Amino acid sequence: MELRIDAGQVAEARRLARAIVDPIAAFIATHSTLSVERAVARLCGIDGVDADGVPLANRLVDALAAREQGVARALGAALAETGRTPQQIAEAVAAGEPLPDPAATPEAALRAALAPYVERGMARIDATRVERAARLARLPQAPPPLLYVIVASGNIYEDRTAAVAAAEAGAQIIAVIRSTAQSLLDYVPYGATTEGFGGTYATQENFRIMRVALDEVSERLGRYVMLTNYASGLCMPEIAATAALERLDMLLNDSMYGILFRDINMQRTFVDQHFSRQLNARSGIIINTGEDNYLTTADAVEQAPAVLASQFVNEAFAHRAGLPDAQIGLGDAYEIDPDLEDGFLFQVAQAQLARQIFPHAPLKYMPPTKHMTGDIFKGHLIDALFNLTSVITNQTIHLCGMLTEAIHTPFLGDRALALENARYVMGTARHFGEEIEFKSGGRIERRAQDVLTGALRLLERVEERGLMAAIEDGSFADVRRPREGGRGFEGVFAKAPTYWNPFADALAGELAAAP
Amino acid sequence: MSLVKPYGDTLDDGAVQLSFTLPIAWSEAADEAARQLVAKMGFTDVAVVEGRAIAAGFSFFVVYARTPVAIDVSTVAVPAAARDALAMDQVDALIAQRVGRKLKVVGACIGTDAHTVGIDAILNMKGYKGDYGLERYHGFDVYNLGSQIAVEDLVRFAKEREVDAILASQVVTQKGSDIANFTALGELLEAEHLRERVVLIAGGPRVTNLLAAELGYDAGFGRGTLPSEVATFIARRVAERVPA
Repeated sequence: MELRIDAGQVAEARRLARAIVDPIAAFIATHSTLSVERAVARLCGIDGVDADGVPLANRLVDALAAREQGVARALGAALAETGRTPQQIAEAVAAGEPLPDPAATPEAALRAALAPYVERGMARIDATRVERAARLARLPQAPPPLLYVIVASGNIYEDRTAAVAAAEAGAQIIAVIRSTAQSLLDYVPYGATTEGFGGTYATQENFRIMRVALDEVSERLGRYVMLTNYASGLCMPEIAATAALERLDMLLNDSMYGILFRDINMQRTFVDQHFSRQLNARSGIIINTGEDNYLTTADAVEQAPAVLASQFVNEAFAHRAGLPDAQIGLGDAYEIDPDLEDGFLFQVAQAQLARQIFPHAPLKYMPPTKHMTGDIFKGHLIDALFNLTSVITNQTIHLCGMLTEAIHTPFLGDRALALENARYVMGTARHFGEEIEFKSGGRIERRAQDVLTGALRLLERVEERGLMAAIEDGSFADVRRPREGGRGFEGVFAKAPTYWNPFADALAGELAAAP
Repeated sequence: MSLVKPYGDTLDDGAVQLSFTLPIAWSEAADEAARQLVAKMGFTDVAVVEGRAIAAGFSFFVVYARTPVAIDVSTVAVPAAARDALAMDQVDALIAQRVGRKLKVVGACIGTDAHTVGIDAILNMKGYKGDYGLERYHGFDVYNLGSQIAVEDLVRFAKEREVDAILASQVVTQKGSDIANFTALGELLEAEHLRERVVLIAGGPRVTNLLAAELGYDAGFGRGTLPSEVATFIARRVAERVPA
């Protein structure tokens, strides 16, 4: 089952996406952010909060006299001068002690002092990756589409109950939706949490609690159940670092989502997404991109080319950060108005188009949300056609649609019904896609070609203007975001010539290996 | 016929369908527990037509039953906000003729809610389902403050700009956060002596006009609302207050 589409246009779109990302990569190379520095501190072993609940990573980075040199330099110098551990130094800073001036310590001494902690951090990431691979080999997953459901009670212990029940009902991936305000917090909350709005806070302890529960149920079921969270918002790199240590398997991580849909500063996002993705690449975490958001906020038929264009841009950014195709879960969603005649054909066209253009990417397919109503019966039916589209076009990560999507965060029973729907449809139509062919020049093929051409035109316009300028004049999702506006801009800074980030240096080796 | 019951296939049979989960492992006794539970709710002729395990320690049931109670529909009244919406040019004309100036409208997702889909559909020029948003109207000056706006900031903005209408949106309803935020906004407007000066509107997928009335708002608009319905309501309500 192959669509005949213009391969020349695909190659040209890919070239344009790289050309769009190149100038941004130059900007990224010369800048850092507070969140990147806090991620470095966390990877050196700094954890915990002060008496007011402020994370020690924040206290340390906020205390830097010269942030443009990076936290690693200051930390290395303090280690060399005091003989303490990074955690002890962060605790001392939180208690009001000043950091020593790094200029007083010889370069070689401060680097040598930090080196064991950098090695330990990298070793933990690598060990976690190895452990995941071993568990996956021992507890193989059922074939894709991998059934993905969310839990979002606000209380990590309730989430744990829901997650285990969902795994028993057939879920292969559990995502813990974050509390709605978390993307705009400039720190990562601490400890186990039992209160949240529309979701549960992403904290290292919450990650741990869920990982333990899913490991238990994985053993019981004989198949590995994956855990997902969100490396988005103002703390992208820190979440990526924490997820790498606590063996999350996937992270939502988009190169532009925060800019467009959460009004986070574009420079902040570009720098943060790069370091996050470098970490994800090393830790073996599959990223999920957020193209579904273009479809939920505007007309899905009209926005289809923007989805494809964004997939190309996300791919180019991901390759830049060293992510292999197998870790790039590009997004799409089933959001066309159910009243539109032949809407199903358009959905199949779009899903198959992405499958062919990104053959090795674990595509993430999002369910209908925008046109779901209180009519749960119709909703269940729409979800069934979404499930059918996913199995026909061989999507990889399948976010199960809930019949109660428009009503409430899913009940335990809603998840079970959604999983049953998906398992029924995907079982009964498992190899349907292998048995059919698209009519040459037919409606589906013409639609796919139109979307490809539209995406190419959009990429040409963006390449001509430059990505930052294009976002400024509303080329994506009809949203305009100024270059120096939005949240988190004050946390972006140019690196000094003496800037040092040993983790970025260790991860940079992977860049050369990127396709 | 003002006294009515649910209709299955015969008048007054009172037939209803229910489905729910119980936190117990499935067994035949679990089916019986579900049946007795529904009987305790006051239903008769209870039939548990489906009962099964959906996870360890959780069972799901589909139940048909009959209700003995009826409702006198002649006693039920609901205030409707979205009555006979005008077209965009009619709204603009109404504002121009009766008010003679542009109306200032501010919208925001209040509290921690970050879901702007609804407020954007009403305010953004593009609108919703081919119905243009308020930004497109000549009669409105629109300020869309976006997501996660503290009610204090919204009230301060409304006061400084002397707005005519406030649109507060809430999508997330977990643990009653929407009601708490709507209530806080209403109370703060009262405290600032602004409540009588503005048209106060609640919006969101779970909002009804009845809920809005209970909260002391002028109107509430739920799922599927078109921008022109909101525009018509604001224009008429402000026009009513202008001395003829």
